[in-house]
Amino acid sequence: MSETKNINPSVAFNETTMVPDNDFEVRSLDAVCINESQLQHPWWHNFKYSIVGLVFGITFVKAEIISWFRMQEMFRMQTFHMYGIIGGAVVLGALSVWLIKKYKVKTVHGEHIEFHDKKFNKGQVIGGTIFGLGWAMTGACPGPIFAQIGTGAFVVFVVLLSAIVGTWVYGYFREQLPH
Amino acid sequence: MIEFLSQPWPWWVAGAIIGLIVPTLLIIGNKHFGISSNLRHVCAACFPANINFFKYEWKKEMWNFFFVGGIVVGAIIATTIFADPNPVKVAPALAAELQNYGITDYSNMVPTQLVSWESLFTLRGFIMLVVGGFLVGFGSRYAGGCTSGHAIMGLSNLQLPSLIATIFFMVGGFIMANLILPYIMLM
Repeated sequence: MSETKNINPSVAFNETTMVPDNDFEVRSLDAVCINESQLQHPWWHNFKYSIVGLVFGITFVKAEIISWFRMQEMFRMQTFHMYGIIGGAVVLGALSVWLIKKYKVKTVHGEHIEFHDKKFNKGQVIGGTIFGLGWAMTGACPGPIFAQIGTGAFVVFVVLLSAIVGTWVYGYFREQLPH
Repeated sequence: MIEFLSQPWPWWVAGAIIGLIVPTLLIIGNKHFGISSNLRHVCAACFPANINFFKYEWKKEMWNFFFVGGIVVGAIIATTIFADPNPVKVAPALAAELQNYGITDYSNMVPTQLVSWESLFTLRGFIMLVVGGFLVGFGSRYAGGCTSGHAIMGLSNLQLPSLIATIFFMVGGFIMANLILPYIMLM
């Protein structure tokens, strides 16, 4: 049995059209709510993402990106640390994306790497500001929430549950909210 | 080696590693870096409640749960094997301000006088953890992504909407930290 098999393109098409038309933040605009790969792998293939996450988690803690104190310093312009990290990551990320596009780099499975343009909506302004308010309070964006729990600050699990509730409430009211 | 890795890492090391996660995820599986969508997948998996926004095949996004699982294990490794015994260094101006709010313990990445079970049952702690967490979840989904999806992945792909989102993340953060948080902290 082959390790990977292509799924029927028409099936893949049906899956993408499952998204209702009133979904103005269509899934492709959402950072990861998008799975370009038409390949199917055994479930344990996902552990490769755990290894990337592991490196990310160690970096989060050792560079103090999960530190509530570093966030307060950033929002008070008291240290350069976080600006350097985000700025440096964007420079290297942009260079990588540019190289991938220019040389049409393929995935390790030989697939074409897809990029999607995001569309502007008012959510980026209103939602962005709301997110910023919460970010400065908790000192954690969604990634660091998980890392803070890993450092033994188990009460942050409450922050995580609250963030899940916030996500659900957004989903519930989204059609009434300005976009 | 372990001693070397145990000291706090400088910004350029972290910036380089996070920047390289973008092409790594793209090349190993055509995945776009982003974390807050996990919260949506949890809703879709556990409480979809017939809401259109949560009706999609979340199992296809399973990789993201493995990714955050790795983050948790990475954080455990960093605080055990690579543990740094020294307290977190804090800018003197911030330390002076925090002293007014009774925040004097720098032994953890999160201030234990704020982020603890005892604090959770005070008005200040409840607002900071429960309300703060709610705003993070609600705002990141409303904005269509968080710091990773917009500020790192979106900016790397030169997306104007991501730049707008990133600017307003910072606007919200500046307003909270400088104008609102001082009052919450005195509660």
